Amino acid sequence: MKVLRFILQKEFRQIFRDKTILAMMLVVPIMQLIILPLAANFEVKNINIAYVDHDHSSYSQKLRNKIASSGYFNMVGSPDSYKKGLEMIEYGTADLVLEIPSGFERNLVREGSQKVNLSVDAINGTKASLGGASLVSVLADFNRNLDINIKLPDGSAFEPPAKISVESTNWYNPKAEYKFYMVPGILVLLLTIIGGFITALNIVREKEIGTIEQINVTPIKKWQFILGKLIPFCIVGMIVFTVGFTVMYLIYGIFPKGSLLVLYLFAAVYLIALLGLGLLISTFADTQLQAMFIAFFFMMIFMLMSGFFTSIDSMPDWARTISSFTPVTHFIKVVRLIVLKGSGFADIKNEFGYLVMFAVVLNGFAIWNYRKTS
Amino acid sequence: MKQLLAFIRKEFYHVFRDRRTLLILFGMPIVQIILFGFALNSEVKNIGIAVLDNAHDVQSEQIIAKIQSSSYFQIKDAVLNYKDIEKRFKEGEIKCAILFPANFGSDIYKTGGAQIQVIADASDPNTATVVTNYLNMIISNYQQELNPNAKLSYQIIPEVRQLYNEEQNGSLNFIPGVIALIFMIVSTALTSVAVVREKELGTMEILLVSPFKPIMVLIAKAVPYLVLSLIDFIIILLLSVFLLNVEIRGNLILIFAESILFIITCLSLGLLISNLTSSQQTAMLVSMMGMMLPTVFFTGFMFPLENMPKIFQWISYIVPSKYYYAIIKGVMLKGLGFSYVWKETLVLAGMAMGLLFIALKNFKIRLS
Repeated sequence: MKVLRFILQKEFRQIFRDKTILAMMLVVPIMQLIILPLAANFEVKNINIAYVDHDHSSYSQKLRNKIASSGYFNMVGSPDSYKKGLEMIEYGTADLVLEIPSGFERNLVREGSQKVNLSVDAINGTKASLGGASLVSVLADFNRNLDINIKLPDGSAFEPPAKISVESTNWYNPKAEYKFYMVPGILVLLLTIIGGFITALNIVREKEIGTIEQINVTPIKKWQFILGKLIPFCIVGMIVFTVGFTVMYLIYGIFPKGSLLVLYLFAAVYLIALLGLGLLISTFADTQLQAMFIAFFFMMIFMLMSGFFTSIDSMPDWARTISSFTPVTHFIKVVRLIVLKGSGFADIKNEFGYLVMFAVVLNGFAIWNYRKTS
Repeated sequence: MKQLLAFIRKEFYHVFRDRRTLLILFGMPIVQIILFGFALNSEVKNIGIAVLDNAHDVQSEQIIAKIQSSSYFQIKDAVLNYKDIEKRFKEGEIKCAILFPANFGSDIYKTGGAQIQVIADASDPNTATVVTNYLNMIISNYQQELNPNAKLSYQIIPEVRQLYNEEQNGSLNFIPGVIALIFMIVSTALTSVAVVREKELGTMEILLVSPFKPIMVLIAKAVPYLVLSLIDFIIILLLSVFLLNVEIRGNLILIFAESILFIITCLSLGLLISNLTSSQQTAMLVSMMGMMLPTVFFTGFMFPLENMPKIFQWISYIVPSKYYYAIIKGVMLKGLGFSYVWKETLVLAGMAMGLLFIALKNFKIRLS
């Protein structure tokens, strides 16, 4: 026990001595927490539309106003030919081109239907599909208005015999603000960086400098050395978590709906799992450069697969399997559930089981793979 | 010339000796392309939905059947009461719920009509919006079926053409982004670390006292990373074409020329970082935090630039990868010619020249 205390003392001294690492641990997370939610906003607004009108009739004019006032679109111009509209897409100033053929109004009145051409820049998938869908709904609305105006000139509402209305409510985030989704995720990102990156770098640095040899020749046991590395980073991680938490409350006004105790319990288990990963990486790498790259590689896969950016539900089966084997996935889910919905321990006990499993497996593997002699 | 070749060969030995880093260098683009191409998409499907049917009549069951048969939703076991719904939300099992009131079927033909309640989990706002829209669509289609005589008599039918991406491959956007990111990693991060490493180990001194010109030392350092970047680039192009079926529309020579221009920009950045730092750790931190993160944030391939606060949009103008991304997106995916991207090319060339000039000027041939 006494030995462990000395090792801990040494580790804390080392952490506080290296100002770059200390800054990286404390300042970078807060910067991320402040900058990321502002930058990572996936709301789709301001879809730019170019309106090519070959008809110049009152209907086509009405349709133009309807689109401009719908709130979904940003009218960027009315080029006089499709070719010019396409050029706007090529330059990136327009996302959609809607082309109204000549005879639009005449055909609509005489034949009751008229086709219009909609060309979508489909490289940005989200924007294309949302823009297309919004335009279709604006057109449907326009159709309905025409119908009412023309069929019932007295202004009485058109009543179908069967009526179903839908009342929709948004729970947990009534204004549907994106920050509620992003900020808890970023909190997870912070713990992940501390656990994975910094621990790996710290141990490999000792390898590179050669001080690990000095520890290896002492009677310090394997478990003492590893605990000596894990405990300080665990404490630092919890401090960073608390700081991140305070920033979340002060800047974004998000306070967990659920129990703080449960949240901290999950955070501690998750941190231990991630520290195991960092330890594991350090047993494979010989230089800091390698450690950095291996850690970066895994972090990248973890973050992309975790549901931080995209929904896990929409992944193919094999990707969902990979996703369920990454600890980040489970922790992000848990943090979002506790912070936003106020889930209690009983609701998420399965996730707790997963995280404990990760912690045991990763640390076990790391300890098994750590050799005092090379 | 012979001297330069010998030096370049030495640098290649350094690179090839570190097998693990090399593995990651080639593994990274492959994994990224596969993940972005197949695993990540912004489409919404298989959404967990809870159904609370208090009516149990023909109409409510027809609507439920319609929901079940659409690929957007996956009905979790029926819930019994309102409380149950909340519990399911808290377990994270479902993203939305639909509630049919008692007497739903008979209410439909009464004066006020019948009402369905839809609850969406808005802690994920985009999904909530899409899910509510889908449910509305399904229900209004059903209503149309019930009212066959009330068809709209005026119809404007949009004929939608998906430009550049007929197959609706949701992943096209990211390919130029991944390329830019890989160049940043190889040409900026690795180069800077490689130079600083020699400083740290003391071998830089030996190189500097040799009769070889100091500038040549730097050029010899840069060449292997240029080659590695190009190999990665070719891997990404091949994977995109053969694995993701992406059609490369533009001129290949133009694509390569622009890429080499961007690689030179990245290499200059790397050399500049290596001149200003003295330890591998700092060099890594500066190139990762200072260069990689802005590439991810301010290029526009991951996060839409137009949603950001103005100040971030201004910052994005000094990030070189933003211009490269615009060029490659235009040339490779839209098939545009040089006349469309000359402005971006000019900015990029200016940045490359400026950075290279500063880097060479700061290169110290004496040790302090």
